[in-house]
Amino acid sequence: MSEQLEILQHYFSYPFVKYAMIVGLLIALCSSLLGVTLVLKRFSFIGDGLSHVAFGAMAVSTVLSVSLKRASHGESLFAKFLEDTNGMVIILPVTLIAAVLLLRTGQNTKIKGDAAIAMISVGSLAVGYMLINVYSASANVAGDVCSTLFGSTSILTLTEGEVWLCAALAVVVLAVFVIFYNRIFSVTFDESFAKASGVKANGYNLLIAIITALIIVLAMNLVGSLLISALIIFPALSAMRLFKSFLSVIICSAVISVICAGVGIIVSILFSTPAGSTIVSADIIVFFGFSAVSAITRRN
Amino acid sequence: MGKQIECKNCTLGYEGVAVTEGINFTVSSGDYLCILGENGSGKSTLIKALLGLKPVMSGEIEWAESKQGEIGYLPQQTLVQRDFPASVREIVMSGCLGKGGFHPFYRKEDKELADKTMTQLGIKDLEKRCYRELSGGQQQRVLLARALCAAGKILLLDEPVTGLDPKAQNDLYELIASLNKGGITIIMVSHDIHAAVRYASHVLHIGSKKQLFFGTKEKYVNSRLGQSFILTEGGEENE
Repeated sequence: MSEQLEILQHYFSYPFVKYAMIVGLLIALCSSLLGVTLVLKRFSFIGDGLSHVAFGAMAVSTVLSVSLKRASHGESLFAKFLEDTNGMVIILPVTLIAAVLLLRTGQNTKIKGDAAIAMISVGSLAVGYMLINVYSASANVAGDVCSTLFGSTSILTLTEGEVWLCAALAVVVLAVFVIFYNRIFSVTFDESFAKASGVKANGYNLLIAIITALIIVLAMNLVGSLLISALIIFPALSAMRLFKSFLSVIICSAVISVICAGVGIIVSILFSTPAGSTIVSADIIVFFGFSAVSAITRRN
Repeated sequence: MGKQIECKNCTLGYEGVAVTEGINFTVSSGDYLCILGENGSGKSTLIKALLGLKPVMSGEIEWAESKQGEIGYLPQQTLVQRDFPASVREIVMSGCLGKGGFHPFYRKEDKELADKTMTQLGIKDLEKRCYRELSGGQQQRVLLARALCAAGKILLLDEPVTGLDPKAQNDLYELIASLNKGGITIIMVSHDIHAAVRYASHVLHIGSKKQLFFGTKEKYVNSRLGQSFILTEGGEENE
């Protein structure tokens, strides 16, 4: 045991491990807050859909920067800018637009919500993969794709600036959530009543969509685009097994998510497992634990 | 008895296509208006117009005493709500949100109002219970309390008894009638002609394309339209 503590101490003396821990916990907190609303609004799959959109956008930005570099023999400023910002200038707006479009397709549209998400999700995954394959930037295409999808290394390459950016976004998400908490509840529970009683339901839906997109783009660094859904839905579903009021579900979901992220990251360091899947495994274990407890208490 | 809402020669529809034309009726305070009509006759569009969510295509809706949209609304239950983890209190309180500008948190008067309405509707003891564990009738009471928190003078109920068992239906109708006796104006959209005839003071019957009847319940029962509707509906229910 003390040996393992030593290993941990050794690792945490590196700043990048500390950064990874901080960013991991913040993202876990934000995604779990939002997860409750998304699951209840029947948008569990939006995390999946949007993360694939973000993956597609990332592919486009990679291809763009590589081909611009080739065309200008490495002197294109825009290509350098794209590389410096990790392609965020393209990924963030594209994901935002997709989020707004997806969350707006609630009722009166030709393609229903779930079908629209499935379509966009699979579509952008396919196009993204194709683009990366055709215009590959490096020899190891499979490795690149794998690390984008499962987020194996990027969390360990965070800079101090990115940690601050992440912290700032987390503060914004938290503040929005606290200030608009009652309205978010009302819009989630009953949109038509909220509208009728003078709450600007469409505005709050838009707000939820924007925050969702922000969190997903952030979370891509942590768990990769495939596992974001898990980070959004598992804590919320676990909390809903046991708790009966909206407030307690949200608080419990946040606590579960932060603990699982912390444990997941530590375990992944000790046993050198991939961080993203370790965190999600912890979430799955908690979910089954809570389900069991709820089944037992219900019987009594 | 002051006039609260007057609907003058309204045309209702969406995306430029008229669904119903020539809607004329008035609602005075203390009325119990029942709106009847088949599916697709424009009932839900009329609800949206009354709530101020959608403009009428032509004609106008005049408001006296209360401002436009100052109606407590009881929408039809949605799928999302069935397994929603929320306490009764949280739901009733959310009725207070539209009031008095933007406040991030509930004020003291909101809490008192919620307490008062919950006591009035006999759900104060359910306050901490989870909404999804309540019976259908109790759930409707909770939503009714929320509507009362939003606006205390007029209630607009959209098929409130759908999915309830006969006993719970009856209880809810009695509760609504007692609220009406207490001075609250009720506008109820319904399929249930028998309840309309039993409880309402006025009836508005919308057919496809145009208004078929508006007047007091007594006149409706004696009209040919009312007679035939009561007979056919009654026959269908007996099957």
